[in-house]
Amino acid sequence: MEVFTSYHNIISPLGFTTKENYSSVLADKLCVKTCRYGKLNEQFCLSIIPDEQLNVASRQIKDALLYSKLEKLSILSIQDVLDRSRLSFSDPKTLLIYSTTKGNIDLLDNSIKQNIPKERAYLFSMANTIANYFKAVNRPLVISNACISGLIAIVTAQRLIKAGQYENILVCGGDLVTEFTVSGFKSFNALSQNPCKPFDSRRDGINLGEAVATLLITKNKNKLERSAMQIVNGASANDANHISGPSRTGDGLFQSITQTLKNNKIKIDTISAHGTATPYNDEMESVAFERAGLINIPVNSLKGYYGHTLGAAGVLETVLTLEAASENQLIKSAGFSEMGVSGKIEMITEHKKANINTILKTVSGFGGCNAAALFVK
Amino acid sequence: MDALIEKLKGQIIEQLNLAEIKPADINPDAPLFGDGLGLDSIDALELIVLLEKYYQIKIKNPADGKMIFESVRTMAAFIQSQGKA
Amino acid sequence: MPKQDIPSYFFADAYKHFEMNYPKFHKMDNLSKLGLIATDAAIKGNDFLQRNKPEATAVVMVNKASSLDTDRIHQQSINDKNNYLPSPATFVYTLPNIVIGEIAIKHKLTGENLFLVCNEFDAQLLIDQAQITFSQETRAAICGWVDYDNGNADALIYLVEIADDSIKNTNFIPLNATTLNQLYK
Repeated sequence: MEVFTSYHNIISPLGFTTKENYSSVLADKLCVKTCRYGKLNEQFCLSIIPDEQLNVASRQIKDALLYSKLEKLSILSIQDVLDRSRLSFSDPKTLLIYSTTKGNIDLLDNSIKQNIPKERAYLFSMANTIANYFKAVNRPLVISNACISGLIAIVTAQRLIKAGQYENILVCGGDLVTEFTVSGFKSFNALSQNPCKPFDSRRDGINLGEAVATLLITKNKNKLERSAMQIVNGASANDANHISGPSRTGDGLFQSITQTLKNNKIKIDTISAHGTATPYNDEMESVAFERAGLINIPVNSLKGYYGHTLGAAGVLETVLTLEAASENQLIKSAGFSEMGVSGKIEMITEHKKANINTILKTVSGFGGCNAAALFVK
Repeated sequence: MDALIEKLKGQIIEQLNLAEIKPADINPDAPLFGDGLGLDSIDALELIVLLEKYYQIKIKNPADGKMIFESVRTMAAFIQSQGKA
Repeated sequence: MPKQDIPSYFFADAYKHFEMNYPKFHKMDNLSKLGLIATDAAIKGNDFLQRNKPEATAVVMVNKASSLDTDRIHQQSINDKNNYLPSPATFVYTLPNIVIGEIAIKHKLTGENLFLVCNEFDAQLLIDQAQITFSQETRAAICGWVDYDNGNADALIYLVEIADDSIKNTNFIPLNATTLNQLYK
């Protein structure tokens, strides 16, 4: 059975639709900005969706005051995809999968006044709240697997549809920028104070970003959007090495890629890498790509535009790459100018046209997890 | 200095959750990041937190950590040099 | 293990009981300690690990509270701007899938991973999610419910393997929602 990607949405500081995001990225606009943040008012480079923009958009949401920031963003994103696909969660064959690392974690901060019950800090509670807004018949699935959540949510959707359990699955990924995550990554010395530079020799850390993205996965050929591609395969694998540092030889990512491409002797036209801009991640990815024989394939990381959007990343970056692929467009890897990794990879250094029939997406995360997925036109 | 070293050993054991290690097990001159204690990259970052928590010393550049955290003795010497012993 | 309030020495006692000999254990948060103990209990006395290739062994876990127990600890460390001391050793555990990572590291399992959050133990969910990882190279899985919240520990770990083209658990009870629910109670 073939399973496809279809309608999608991205909400970020660059816009509330995929189209707005895509044209902004092609115009080299970045979401990440240097700013002061947190109780200590320190300098960071972050991507934050302005409240004013969200408030305007939230006028579409019934009883918007009942929902947290992340819930409102998610409702708007999912609504966009439901409207255009004309699907409904009242259909038992349609499911919502939500991917997030921290959900409403800002509810733990008592210094922020919010009228949201603290119980909604539980991820299932947040997901149920979102699903109930759409009067969903099925309880949503919640995946929380660090930074690989978004991509394995997409792969899980493909597998569930192939197993005959559902026909349509909306995969929604979202995470906020919060003092919780900023302070945590700072304690890891993992943050750059400037727009991040994936794979570059002068990269010095990540930027955190907030975003929500939604992607419809379906078996219905009459529900396909222009950018639709087949999800041929996907896989995850653990390094079994260290909980916060990737395997130096990229073992888990290498295994994810080889499993994904097994029985698929196909030419890869472009790779949307994880590319967080930490010294270790990008080096490891390049090693894994070279080991897998993926040299001379145009690679980018979208984190130079969006920052690291955690639970949203796998979905957002896949969506944007699908949109670009529908126009045979390679997107420049923002922040890159000089090769800074040892694996032989070919970075996309300017926006340019190319024949794109296949996409490989890769992700890695804390806990030694890795995943890859293959999309084919 | 010896008193500081002994105090530091206890703080290191607690901060790094080295539950099976006693202060007497730690040689103040042995490399902290050798095979002995099995410390990893997270432990290196935790030592930076330790200095701030107990001695109000903020390490501006974590790369300096390599020299400061070479051994318990070098840590103690650094703390004393900052006038925070 | 039935849901219970656990005393503070529980983990230390379990560590000794299972002769874990694994110093890293003491650095872990409650959720990871719970997951590691429950896994060791499940694989004790059988050769599940020896029978199955590491790259073909998945780990699928579900819980209700994600990593909230540890999240609260991290939040406390950043509440007061005059006593602002976030700890990387704590922060790394503010992701529920780290328990999978710790299990994978200890037992050298390099297969598929999946961590789900659900409001209650749902046997069918676990069965379905583990089953779809078997659609590829996965031949075995360590699956379970591992939850730690407000001092309550709740865990059930079971092992699944493909044998004779059907999926069974290691006690060779047919794996379905009924038997799993029985085990859970």
